[in-house]
Amino acid sequence: MSFLNNYIYYIGAFGLIFIGLYIILVKRNLIKVIIGLSILDTGINLFLISIGYISKGTAPIFEKVEAKLAPMVDPVPQALVLTAIVIGVAVLALALSLAIRLYHHYGTLNLRKIREQRW
Amino acid sequence: MIFLVAFLVGVMLISAIAASIFKDLMNAVIASCLVSLIAAILFYFLQAPDVAMAEAAIGAALVTAVFVIAIRRTNRYEE
Amino acid sequence: MKRIISFILLAIVALGITLSLLNIPFGMPKTKVGEHYIKKGIQETGATNIVTSVVLNYRGFDTLGEVTVLFVSAIGLSAVLATREKKIAEKIESASLVLYTGCRFLFPLILFFGAYIFIHGHLTPGGGFQGGAIIASAFLLMYLGCRERRISEKRTKIAESLSGLVFIVVGLIGLAVGGYYFLSNFLPKGTPFSLLSAGIIPIIYIAIGFKVGSELAFIIDRLMRESE
Repeated sequence: MSFLNNYIYYIGAFGLIFIGLYIILVKRNLIKVIIGLSILDTGINLFLISIGYISKGTAPIFEKVEAKLAPMVDPVPQALVLTAIVIGVAVLALALSLAIRLYHHYGTLNLRKIREQRW
Repeated sequence: MIFLVAFLVGVMLISAIAASIFKDLMNAVIASCLVSLIAAILFYFLQAPDVAMAEAAIGAALVTAVFVIAIRRTNRYEE
Repeated sequence: MKRIISFILLAIVALGITLSLLNIPFGMPKTKVGEHYIKKGIQETGATNIVTSVVLNYRGFDTLGEVTVLFVSAIGLSAVLATREKKIAEKIESASLVLYTGCRFLFPLILFFGAYIFIHGHLTPGGGFQGGAIIASAFLLMYLGCRERRISEKRTKIAESLSGLVFIVVGLIGLAVGGYYFLSNFLPKGTPFSLLSAGIIPIIYIAIGFKVGSELAFIIDRLMRESE
């Protein structure tokens, strides 16, 4: 139980990274590969935030009422993950536009068939 | 409290596996939207409200909309 | 053969991540930079939201890089999807009266909510990126509900370019006037917990909110137009 208490967020992040990598390496449809990229992104962001957590800490925002002096969690990983989420959506939009273009040109989105039609 | 978090992580992992198994691409996109939504809840439990708001607004709404519009233009079924 | 190689690769990556995760204790304070930002945050920047002061004051250059990446992605998407063939305009089936009226009623409320979030970015959780995403969701609602309306391209492009310019000009003024570095905080800090405080941080967040909102609305407009 104490093992679960400590490591449950790590297990979730690790599971998402593993499943995302598996979809990218094994699946053949291009849109499935892009879905796997999105899941991998979410897993890495969860991993970064769960590193910066301090036990019994509060959110790093000050309030007017002087609350009891609880330690605050680390604010630096949160700033990095904020940037990473926006960059993730930018990369996904560009990847999907390239997939639409590929479909216009080749008529299929199966990577094995596209690789066979070299010229 | 720990059981709630463990239940949410379990549902998240099951829906990520489901996103890789479904043959209909619309179902896979809805499963990945569920992964994003549960990740936003977990960000809130880890005391990060800014990141939870960003993930809910960007990851769960706009990424799903962009995927659905792109799938409408190409094949709906895998292979 | 390819499957065997990919499974071996996955096993190696999984082993590496597991071994490193077992050595990172969960819930212990790990770095000293975060403690410095929390202790001296209000005094040095004037914003009570520490994440905002880290994003815009202590690491402002990374935010400039992120805005650039979003801009390049919007331009790339518009360049890839530009076709030259003329499309025959198909008849779009118009929505029912309840849907149309409901969406028209909700649209200014959602815009108002998004503007509230990016104006109070230095006091409450929120900021430019979240507010911009909410504004783009309002435009998506208009595309789905009232189907004949489109965003006006000229106004979107003007809004996006002007707000990007405001960001860079404020940074260069900081370089010229205040300190030694780009994006230095040169306006007076004010009293904490009030709306006009924290120097240049509200100005930059308003610019980022406009820019991100108009860029994401532009991306959705391009994709929708392509798939008509």
